[in-house]
Amino acid sequence: MAVPTTLNVSGVDAHGWRQWAVPAEWAEKAHRQMVAYQGMGCVPSWTCAPYQTEKRPSFGEQVAWGESSAIVFANSVLGARTERYPDFLDICAAITGRVPAAGLHLTENRAGRVLVRLSGVSEPLQQADDFYPVLGHWVGKVVHERVPVLDGLQVKPSEDQLKALGAAMASSGAVALFHIVGVTPEAPSLDTAFQGREPQEIVDVTMHGLRAARRDLTTAEGEQLDMVVLGSPHFSLTEFRNLVPLVQGKRRHRDVKFLITSSRGVRMLAERAGLVEPLRDFGGEITVDTCILTSPMLPPEIKVLMTNSAKYAYYTPGLLDRRMAFGSLKDCVQSAVAGRVIRDDSLWDA
Amino acid sequence: MGRVIEGRPLVAGEAAGEVLATDEPLSFWGGYDPGTGEFIDRRHPLSGQMGAGKVLVIPSTRGSSTTSAVLLEAIRAETAPAAILTAGADTFLALASIVADEMYRRPLPIIALSESDFATIRTGDSVRVEADGRILVEPRR
Repeated sequence: MAVPTTLNVSGVDAHGWRQWAVPAEWAEKAHRQMVAYQGMGCVPSWTCAPYQTEKRPSFGEQVAWGESSAIVFANSVLGARTERYPDFLDICAAITGRVPAAGLHLTENRAGRVLVRLSGVSEPLQQADDFYPVLGHWVGKVVHERVPVLDGLQVKPSEDQLKALGAAMASSGAVALFHIVGVTPEAPSLDTAFQGREPQEIVDVTMHGLRAARRDLTTAEGEQLDMVVLGSPHFSLTEFRNLVPLVQGKRRHRDVKFLITSSRGVRMLAERAGLVEPLRDFGGEITVDTCILTSPMLPPEIKVLMTNSAKYAYYTPGLLDRRMAFGSLKDCVQSAVAGRVIRDDSLWDA
Repeated sequence: MGRVIEGRPLVAGEAAGEVLATDEPLSFWGGYDPGTGEFIDRRHPLSGQMGAGKVLVIPSTRGSSTTSAVLLEAIRAETAPAAILTAGADTFLALASIVADEMYRRPLPIIALSESDFATIRTGDSVRVEADGRILVEPRR
């Protein structure tokens, strides 16, 4: 490799796949791929969120990233510069150390195109973790591949909220860069975000649209629940920290599995911080290196899942032919305890 | 009577088939099953349809970076569309076709159309894609 190269998820949890329904033949092929990439000199990070454990690109640095959720994070939150790179082209960039001088590598293409105005969304909802995946799901559908500029947010979103926002936009749309006025590094002001130009289009986010987007993320009907799954993009150390107080002293329902998908790096940090034991006591499990969408790990009896991730909610019905309920982190924990889908709608109905 | 559209071949080739057209961008990962050729994005208007052998008309890709790998696998498994026509250039589809040519000697014609030409092609039309990027369209009766 001509440049430092981290790796996206593998097809298996290298050490944990036997606890799941992964066919041995699949695991063998995935293992061969893992060995091949490492032999080429890649960092065995095996995560869709390498920015949460590996060295981060700096502001303005030219990088070539694959993985839609990581691309949008690198461009929007870090201010690094990458085009949307598909599989195969990413590894070519790693080998050659070269990319075309095009797309989001160039300053002029990083200007906002669509102004997305937020109005009538309560501050408590703006602080809620389930607001960001829903907002991203809505924005991605509306702007497709154009660069959106969000204005009117009254709170400062956390890094994990921005991660969830971008991953959602990159699933329902092809967003590779967003700006939030006063939050993201290339948007200190509205004018800077648009590089002095006029927006192509102005759209208003309303509670009506957000409620519809939230409903659209749920394909499960009724209360049946077989599994809660968190961590797409991969769960961060901060997300482990936020989860532990919610599960402490509780135990999941015996019929509901509780799975967190993360990276081996974050799991190690979480273990050191004493965050894994309370999760195990709750009855939770952790899978690393992969996720439910990239490894055929779910046994057939798992039919209805629940998540706080728009990306999991978007892709599960098609890729896994299973139903998914979407809720907040707290909804997910409460549902796992109760053994049925429970959702607190109070912030959304207000 | 048929008509002729001038397209820009990103990957040139000849193909013919019935059109499956949509205004909605598509992610092949999570949107197309390379094992069967079914469109599996349950939020997409093409959900449940079969794409093998059809001339797929979509504005662009969206979503996953693995779209190229899924299309490549569909080409290998012979479940891919016969050709794909897009509104403007889509690098994800072109890349899959270039790699398919390299690996299997089986490139898929990928043709970029103008927005206005794109809008004239409808599901059920019969089209022939020529090596120079011209598209002969026989409208559905």
